[in-house]
Amino acid sequence: MSSNTVRMTDVAVVDEPRSTKPSGATDGPATADSGGSGGRRSPSPVFGHPARAREVKDHLARVVMWLAFLLALVPLVWILWTVLSQGYHLLLQSEWWTNSQKGITSRREGGGAVHAIQGTLIQGLTTAVISVPIGVMTAIYLVEYGRGKFAKAVSFMVDILTGIPSIVAGLFIYAVWVTTLGLQRVGFAVCLALVMLMVPVIVRSTEEMLKLVPNELREASYALGVPKWKTIMKVVLPTAFSGIVTGVLLGLARVMGETAPLLILGPYTKAIATDLFGGYMATLPTMINQDRSESLQPAVDRVWAAALTLILLVLLLNIAGRVVARFGSVRK
Amino acid sequence: MSTVTGVSVADTPGPDDRGPQGDRASTGRAGDRVFSGLATGSGALVIGLVTLVGVFLLWQAIPAIADDKDNFFLSRAWDVNDTSNLRFGIVELLWTTVVASTIAMLIAVPVGVCVALFITQYSPRWLARPAASLVDLLAAVPSIIYGFWGIKTFGPKYQPFQDFLLDKLGWFPLFSKTSVSGTGTILFIGIVLAIMILPIVTALSREVFAQTPVAHKEGALALGATKWEMIRTAVLPFGRPGVISAAMLALGRALGETIAVTIIVSALAPGTKWSWSLLNGGETFASRIANNAQEFDSPAKTGAFIAAGLVLFVLTFVVNAIARIVIERRKAFTE
Repeated sequence: MSSNTVRMTDVAVVDEPRSTKPSGATDGPATADSGGSGGRRSPSPVFGHPARAREVKDHLARVVMWLAFLLALVPLVWILWTVLSQGYHLLLQSEWWTNSQKGITSRREGGGAVHAIQGTLIQGLTTAVISVPIGVMTAIYLVEYGRGKFAKAVSFMVDILTGIPSIVAGLFIYAVWVTTLGLQRVGFAVCLALVMLMVPVIVRSTEEMLKLVPNELREASYALGVPKWKTIMKVVLPTAFSGIVTGVLLGLARVMGETAPLLILGPYTKAIATDLFGGYMATLPTMINQDRSESLQPAVDRVWAAALTLILLVLLLNIAGRVVARFGSVRK
Repeated sequence: MSTVTGVSVADTPGPDDRGPQGDRASTGRAGDRVFSGLATGSGALVIGLVTLVGVFLLWQAIPAIADDKDNFFLSRAWDVNDTSNLRFGIVELLWTTVVASTIAMLIAVPVGVCVALFITQYSPRWLARPAASLVDLLAAVPSIIYGFWGIKTFGPKYQPFQDFLLDKLGWFPLFSKTSVSGTGTILFIGIVLAIMILPIVTALSREVFAQTPVAHKEGALALGATKWEMIRTAVLPFGRPGVISAAMLALGRALGETIAVTIIVSALAPGTKWSWSLLNGGETFASRIANNAQEFDSPAKTGAFIAAGLVLFVLTFVVNAIARIVIERRKAFTE
């Protein structure tokens, strides 16, 4: 039925004029122009072939869309191409995946990024471990429990949290961790700043997924005498599980590429460090940042390679997220 | 994945009949009480966190602002090394931040919306999926990579364009000559930011446009609308709240963007003459903070930077609040 409609309309738009009223040609543009304010205009009395001016506009719009697309494609493909072509050769060396930069100066070639990759993964995972329970529980509150003023306040605050610039999150943790508590700048402080950026992403995506869980499932569970918390744990969450995982992975991808809080809280080091509570810890963004103003070729090569590694990491998480989403989406 | 309109369930009380209202499905057993307590607690934690951010930033910023010998809002100076004689103001940071973000928005929003329309309405089927995936991927590319690419690869190619502007339009105040000759200009930051937020605008707008009810579109076509008229009367009105919130999200990103701007921008020497030119250098709030992150040693000095961070926080807060109000109002009209 719907495909039928489409074909009919296509014919009406594309085909040669069937209109027998010659006055239609003059009527057309006038009605089209006067209807610029939205969807409330009355249908044109003319059937069949659209008048000249409307047709020109239609073609113009088509051309503009294609141009915009091509225009947008240029820088975006350019970026990917540059990073790929400049960075790939270091990634092919096994040293890149096994060594750190310890003892390597900008003048020397060699060394790897394992210290930075490790740091990014450790901090990312720690951030996720803290953020996921908070984010998922907040979403559960908003969907399953929250009504009234308090819920509105929570929802509003999540919005604010979404909008907090990452540098402000970093500054806030600095103000708490270093200025007020007098602690050192360590990996864990970075994680705390990243938690602030990850929680709202998880809340929003989980909320979306929980909303998709059909109410019948909840009601069926209640009808069997299952208490609410068990219904949520055993029925609602498993149904929405894949969507939640996708949201978490996408949030993780965003957080791993974040640089601003690291500038304030997580200074770079060239050696492998795995202690979140003592000493500096390298990450891929700070590794890029460290050598970005170098002009010596070995250092520049390493920056591009680190950038490519970071993109690959983010890409991997994104693909994983999408695969999970496809293979277990909520079925209505 | 993310909610495009930013509207939460908690905000939609009416038509959503969600069985047993509120907590009435809870049995009052220990498990239920613990669980609902945990959920409510997480909500409270989020509220507490945001409040704490505001309070902490204020608490640390106010002494510094009080010690400020210059007017905090009007001074162009930024001299915080002598803690007994603090002189700093935000007017220059505000100008650079707002202008660069405005340039980015002016470029990215129209192009992004057009690309989203292209992907959802115009593109051949074989192109739509790969294009959408590409855009999604680029939305996830970390900003430091945009910044590094901007200065290393794009900058040298952009330079002739800027020289051309200076040469032909130098008489116009916005393009007048300044002490900055390289690519560290506000205009260039704006363009790189535009490239950076373009995938975000596109990805979010695409999601809303794709949700336009088929009946609306077919209705428009059946009434004899051309494809463009169909888009204007069915797709765009439906997607408007989503586009607005996408734009606001992107604006928030642009305002708060740190590392891409820090890499590119050329900071002005103190005492440089004020210029309205877009080809001037300058620093944004975020880049000023990031550039000096290594020097946070005394509370008074740090306080000045935290004050700058506070203004940035307020700025993004206002942007978000406006977006929310606009969306709410639109919703009231469309429903």
